[in-house]
Amino acid sequence: MSAFLTVDNVSRLFGPNLSTGEKIAAKLGAKVETRSVRAVSDVTLSVHKGETLGLVGESGCGKSTLGRVIAGILPPTSGTVAIDGAPVMENGSKITTRVQTVFQDPFASLDPRMKVGDTVAEGPIAHGLTNKSEAGRYVSKWFERVGLDPVWVDRYPHQFSGGQRQRIAIARALAMQPDVLICDEPVASLDVSIQAQIINLFLELTRDLKLTSVFISHDLSVVQHVSDRVAVMYLGRIVELGPVAQVFGTPAHPYTAALFGSVPKLVLDAEELVYFDTIEGEVPSPLAPPTGCYFHPRCPLSSEICSVTQPLIQPVSDLRAVACHHFKSQLADNVSH
Amino acid sequence: MTDPVLSVENLSTHFFTRAGVVKAVDGVSFDLAKGEIMGLVGESGSGKTVTGFSLLGLVDAPGRIVAGSIKLNGTELTTLSEKALRARRGREISMIFQDPIATLNPMLTIGQQMRLAIDAHERLSARAAEARAADLLTQVGIPSASARLRAYPHEFSGGMRQRVAIAIALLHHPAVIVADEPTTALDVSIQAQILFQMRDLARETGTALIWISHDLAVVSSLASKLAVMYAGRIVEQGPTAKLLRDPRHPYTAGLIGSLPATAKPGVPLTQIPGTTPSLLSLPRGCPFAPRCDRSTKRCGTDPEMTLQDGRGWRCFHPVGQDTEVPA
Repeated sequence: MSAFLTVDNVSRLFGPNLSTGEKIAAKLGAKVETRSVRAVSDVTLSVHKGETLGLVGESGCGKSTLGRVIAGILPPTSGTVAIDGAPVMENGSKITTRVQTVFQDPFASLDPRMKVGDTVAEGPIAHGLTNKSEAGRYVSKWFERVGLDPVWVDRYPHQFSGGQRQRIAIARALAMQPDVLICDEPVASLDVSIQAQIINLFLELTRDLKLTSVFISHDLSVVQHVSDRVAVMYLGRIVELGPVAQVFGTPAHPYTAALFGSVPKLVLDAEELVYFDTIEGEVPSPLAPPTGCYFHPRCPLSSEICSVTQPLIQPVSDLRAVACHHFKSQLADNVSH
Repeated sequence: MTDPVLSVENLSTHFFTRAGVVKAVDGVSFDLAKGEIMGLVGESGSGKTVTGFSLLGLVDAPGRIVAGSIKLNGTELTTLSEKALRARRGREISMIFQDPIATLNPMLTIGQQMRLAIDAHERLSARAAEARAADLLTQVGIPSASARLRAYPHEFSGGMRQRVAIAIALLHHPAVIVADEPTTALDVSIQAQILFQMRDLARETGTALIWISHDLAVVSSLASKLAVMYAGRIVEQGPTAKLLRDPRHPYTAGLIGSLPATAKPGVPLTQIPGTTPSLLSLPRGCPFAPRCDRSTKRCGTDPEMTLQDGRGWRCFHPVGQDTEVPA
């Protein structure tokens, strides 16, 4: 299988917005705060045609920033993103409609003063996928596709529930007929019963429309359910990448293991309450990340080398890669547990 | 069995809005024993937060408690004056809110806020108060506590702020703490640390805990018993493991089935059709009936709580039982 969506050595920095005065002062040698955050750092990955890649990590790990860079919403500071060999961005602007995004908050992502049908029709009309006279029929088709009644096209966003709004947001993305769909926490703000409806819709649509997708979520059980492969991020870097069952079943990175260990499990058969593992400490500030491996201050396996040398991401097997000096010990640890 | 520390009977809290009467909480009953942890689960708008607010007498107009009784250590709370309630709030019953940024005063140091909370109920010397505050911060896992007392809330991370809020709730060793989704805004690794600590604290101090959450997995690892709310009422309650393994109410069963963790990857999840009804215009009878695949004509009347083997459910056609509840 060949790579369809490729992310090559992408980094994204966020620095302070300097005023002209500050810029001049900095040029003249004055001390101006110019520290920047490496939200995404040297990320290389590829997604195959029709595959869903899950992107997991805690808040601030850079998963949303990476999603936005892939979607062509944010230009990368360095590196390139390409779909089927064609770059997504050129000179800092998006030059393709082949990638579309569904955002977390359907209350913020829909224009409250625009009829939802017009919201869905706007992009396709602008890009010639339909025209004004055909737009009504075109939008109805996509409304039906995502499980909405087409008679609702003349309503406004406030007349819909959260789940329905997320369906509208999905219809808007799909009406652009993309090849790649980026979903940034699409179910995080929804109730459990509605979440299940949207997850089922996502599974059905990606299968039927042969979409390639990146599914970003902090909820590991959701990612496990929808993804083929998963990438685990920590402080802007991918620490582990591989098929979902393998990464979740036998994590090769101690952070992955610790992250999965801290997820509360549904206790169905234990009369006695379970104890779950917890990770010590908190995620360090991305403004001042630790030396060496970013995870070493919290890592149970850390040794001297971990505080000095940043581990590079390296293959564990044909399908898996990990950035850890001690991944062999971690894999052995899984077996002994 | 000893007397429960908290006993809620037929609690109803309604909001009298211009659009009509919103029955946010409608006939909720439960007991809580010393040191017991109860999970109160439901989706948004199910009334779980309003139940928590009602227990502390924090419901503001246009809402009020219209019926029922709340007994804390034998004292009826619903008929108490605001002054008498204030004397109990924070000392006998306290609350932890979802958003620790909104709970803490940004203009005061952590030490000052904890001092205020202590002074509200006790006369302590400055030194004793500081020692108590530092001791509690240590208990909830904040390192170098006495130095951190001089820090302001913005100097803390989200997880640390929530620990401070928990420490404040624990200051007077209350009999009951109501925790309203305190870990929802936190990352999983921090959530796990806090869940772990709360369980131990409840065990050590004998404080009973009501843990309000939309997340079944979170409460299942924490609470010994569960109450599932839907449209303002408890539709099922019982011991956690029993209730999750063998749910009786179709709504509980649907909730468990819709969790990705319980399903095979890639397979469609069981979904509950439709959405939660508006509390302004609840259907007649069982409020879940329009979304329920087991509903019959009989569900047009409201089912009472059926009690059996230490658990209860409000349904005529319970899951996993061949016989329906006799009429």
